[in-house]
Amino acid sequence: MSAPADTRTITGSSLREFLHGLPSVDQVGAEARAAMLSSRSIKTTAKQWALDAAISMIDLTTLEGQDTPGKVRAICAKAKRPDPADPTAPQVAAVCVYPDLAHLAAAEVKGTGIHVASVATAFPSGRTSLEVKLADATYAIESGADEVDMVIDRGAFLAGDYQLVYDEIAAVREVVAGPAGTAGQVGRAHLKVILETGELVTLDNVRRASWLAMLAGADFIKTSTGKVAPAATLPVTLVMLEAVRDFLAAHGRQVGVKPAGGIRTAKDAIRYLVLVNETAGEDWLDPRWFRFGASSLLNDLLMQRTKLATGRYSGSDYFTLD
Amino acid sequence: MPKFEYAPAPESRAIVSLRESYGLFINGQFTPSADGRAFKTISPATEEVLAEVAEAGPADVDRAVTAARTAYERTWSVLPPKERGKYLFRIARIIQERARELAVLESLDNGKPIRESRDVDIPLVAAHFFYHAGWADKLEHAGYGPAPRPLGVAAQVIPWNFPLLMLAWKIAPALACGNTVVLKPAETTPLTALTFAEICRQADLPPGAVNILTGAGETGRALVTHPGVDKVAFTGSTEVGKEIARSCAAVPGKKVTLELGGKAANIVFEDAPVDQAVEGIVNGIFFNQGHVCCAGSRLLVQESVYDQVVASLQRRLATLRLGDPLDKNTDVGAINSAAQLARIRELSEVGEAEGAQRWSPPCELPVKGFWFPPTVFTGVSQAHRIAREEIFGPVLSVLTFRTPAEAVEKANNTPYGLSAGVWTDKGSRILWMASRLRAGVVWANTFNKFDPSSPFGGYKESGYGREGGRHGLEAYLDV
Amino acid sequence: MSDTATARLAVRKTYKLYIGGAFPRSESGRSYVVTDHKGGFLANAAMASRKDARDAVVAARKAFAAWSAATAYNRGQVLYRVAELLEGRRLQFTAEVRSAEGLGARQAEAVVDAAIDRWVWYAGWADKIAQVRGASNPVAGPFFNFSLPEPTGVVAVIAPDASSLLGFVSVVAPAVVTGNTVVALASERFPLPAVSLTEVLATSDVPGGVINVLTGRTAEVAPWLASHMDVNAIDLTGAPDSLADDLAVAAAENLKRVVRPGDDDWTQPPGLKRMLAYLETKTVWHPVGI
Repeated sequence: MSAPADTRTITGSSLREFLHGLPSVDQVGAEARAAMLSSRSIKTTAKQWALDAAISMIDLTTLEGQDTPGKVRAICAKAKRPDPADPTAPQVAAVCVYPDLAHLAAAEVKGTGIHVASVATAFPSGRTSLEVKLADATYAIESGADEVDMVIDRGAFLAGDYQLVYDEIAAVREVVAGPAGTAGQVGRAHLKVILETGELVTLDNVRRASWLAMLAGADFIKTSTGKVAPAATLPVTLVMLEAVRDFLAAHGRQVGVKPAGGIRTAKDAIRYLVLVNETAGEDWLDPRWFRFGASSLLNDLLMQRTKLATGRYSGSDYFTLD
Repeated sequence: MPKFEYAPAPESRAIVSLRESYGLFINGQFTPSADGRAFKTISPATEEVLAEVAEAGPADVDRAVTAARTAYERTWSVLPPKERGKYLFRIARIIQERARELAVLESLDNGKPIRESRDVDIPLVAAHFFYHAGWADKLEHAGYGPAPRPLGVAAQVIPWNFPLLMLAWKIAPALACGNTVVLKPAETTPLTALTFAEICRQADLPPGAVNILTGAGETGRALVTHPGVDKVAFTGSTEVGKEIARSCAAVPGKKVTLELGGKAANIVFEDAPVDQAVEGIVNGIFFNQGHVCCAGSRLLVQESVYDQVVASLQRRLATLRLGDPLDKNTDVGAINSAAQLARIRELSEVGEAEGAQRWSPPCELPVKGFWFPPTVFTGVSQAHRIAREEIFGPVLSVLTFRTPAEAVEKANNTPYGLSAGVWTDKGSRILWMASRLRAGVVWANTFNKFDPSSPFGGYKESGYGREGGRHGLEAYLDV
Repeated sequence: MSDTATARLAVRKTYKLYIGGAFPRSESGRSYVVTDHKGGFLANAAMASRKDARDAVVAARKAFAAWSAATAYNRGQVLYRVAELLEGRRLQFTAEVRSAEGLGARQAEAVVDAAIDRWVWYAGWADKIAQVRGASNPVAGPFFNFSLPEPTGVVAVIAPDASSLLGFVSVVAPAVVTGNTVVALASERFPLPAVSLTEVLATSDVPGGVINVLTGRTAEVAPWLASHMDVNAIDLTGAPDSLADDLAVAAAENLKRVVRPGDDDWTQPPGLKRMLAYLETKTVWHPVGI
């Protein structure tokens, strides 16, 4: 498919035509491809690499109404030193928190290279006015977040108002990263756009929403808030990886992918890495371009890592809860 | 050096206990051939000798057909149908129990990737026995009259590309309908058939109901021309199929079904779900190294999306992994024999000579064994030999078309008629194409899908008769 | 203690209901006495109430989506496994049928064998009924037209009064093999073999709720099943003549598909009647064009 030449002025009906003109996704075929890639057997040295890579790609997340400063401090401590017994374990990519705790997280991870991602725009539902969403995003940035995970308006998307969704993303992007066209700014905050694929339901919608977000300036497209089931799945992530691959070819800009929610085991995480490797390609196998939104995943990765190193199966007593 | 290099992930061979030599399976016993002749079967991936296998001569064929006849008259056709069914259920269960062993053995003897034998071949084998087990006592409902009778003794000759699956396609319906069988596996892939004979013993199958004769072309000829045989079922090359049709033409009482070669068109329209279509193209020709009679060996792509589809295809082919069949990550295994490899090479050279452009992804071929990289020829037209002749290897010929009618014309412009693929988002177009394609199996937005309940077989020189489903029972009933 | 052997006391089984894959007692707390053919005490079987019947229908409805969506191959495999487990318990069932129906040893064995083979026969229909019942229809026009059988939903079964195992299997299996879920009311006189069958179901791969079995008074429970608006079909085989008509009238309220009591000979091949009774036919049209 050919993409519109000037993405900044794409409007209304031509946006709709473009999105509806994208090639459709055959659900059965896509699921079969994801299942086949899931059957790859990743052992020994490959597994070692994959475990460390996966750890370095984690956005260690706590997004609960009951989060307290204590909880955030604990998660930041774990982010910096995931394995109490092994200092060679890589640190995670980022911590992910609600905006009112972002300042605390920023203070805790200062100087470590770990990013501070904050959700914004009335996460998780996204159901409020644009003014409130922009204020939310501004607050996150001013509190020290260098990554913002926003949610799209799924209601507008499902009602076919793609222009509204696009405009909201573009507006948040300006707040987060500066006006469009300044993508090369050093040190600017990054915008992840959460599609909430569980609510979009069809893979065709996932493809369209992915393109919509990228055209509007997303740095990352993210599957889920983690508050709705199903959250991340392999077929959905497959379609998103195809989208970023095709977007790079069409526009020359690389966009990252973040599956979030429901990824609990090292085995799952490795499946995602295989998916990335054989769909978008190894250029995406880097925390700059691929993240896992997860919390309990980290301990399973550490346990598998320990088993590879020591030859023994480990237990939860040997890893910190947070 | 790739960032994420998959380490070797070998499936262990320990689950298989290969014997040094195997006899013929006649009347429930393993015996050497009457004249003591034997041949070796090798692993096409490493060229190591796997085992020695008896070669059946005319005397052995005679003995086997007699055993089958006796078993037919005295036991198998006389058993209450529900008991026949229960034998087949037992066999199905044992296949499931020994699934991993059978998959490893199949990959060793045939060269196909363990992932395919484990996830496709063997599960389908079990499924065929399960499905047909249930028909044994329901034949009056199959649409062939209130009490359809079996034919008698069936002579069955199968190819090397899906050894145990082809055996299941033949034996399961034959037994379910009350016939007894003498089956000859291909000379390069006898081992899973011989293990199946063991399984028959484990199931306590009445002796003589199933007989396995190993051997090559001569054995097959002796078997299908034996006067004591009521039914001949053959899967293999069109050339040999015609020979069999000729030899059986003189014997009107002998029923024949043939499943022969193909040169299927895989047709991709501009509105195809393109990522899945690319998977379908890859699966269509590179699954089982292209050793598939129904392989989508001709890609007919609508000219308006030619560049995009071919570019996506080439990008996708770069992730295909060729190598040790027993490595769980291998996608493309070994070519089954030196002879087949020579044929593929010869036809590929013809393709280049005819002016088509040849392309393969970078591929390291192991030193020992028989290997051929996935290969794509573009700029192919109908007049080229590589567009007309069955290569039976991982070689795709790419042609273009402009309109649906032209696609149908080109797809049908072949003496073969086994299968076809159609990729489009439009349901009415799928049905329009399907109604006009002269092929026994049409896959729409998918490819290489098989099920025991789904009839499979060809038009024209791809053979006659169907296997699977209610339609497949006809071949083994006196109707 | 002297070393003379004393008779060992048997640990008696408790016979409960089988609902949603679990074994609850009746919510009413009631039970009733089941006797053998000589009038001797066998067990206190649960006496199901209308609320148990209601709960069973809820469980069956809940299980319907997944069971009807399972592949036919999968359903066939699951049901075949039930037959494997039944075979393993041949002695148990033979004894149970003997004591219930008063059959001789050989007769009882024949009944159990027939029940197992009946189950296998039905298991083999799972992946074939669509081919026998479905069709592509040659309509006059550029349309592809095909008819497919689909399960109707929740089937209530009043199991035969006299044939406690073979008859029970013969009325339950045709409903489940076609993708329906079942609430079965066992024979009031001879409920125990059916309850033992539920133990087999619970240890096989049959998902909870696909088959639910109630024991109790036919006259009390059957009307609640017959009038239940979320039951799609009902087999009245085990209902006494005096009751059957009333049940059929009650069933008409939501137009249940009804199988009337007949003179079934359970030893004969069953034919398609019961499977077809629980299958709807869906016909689909699609244009054929470029």
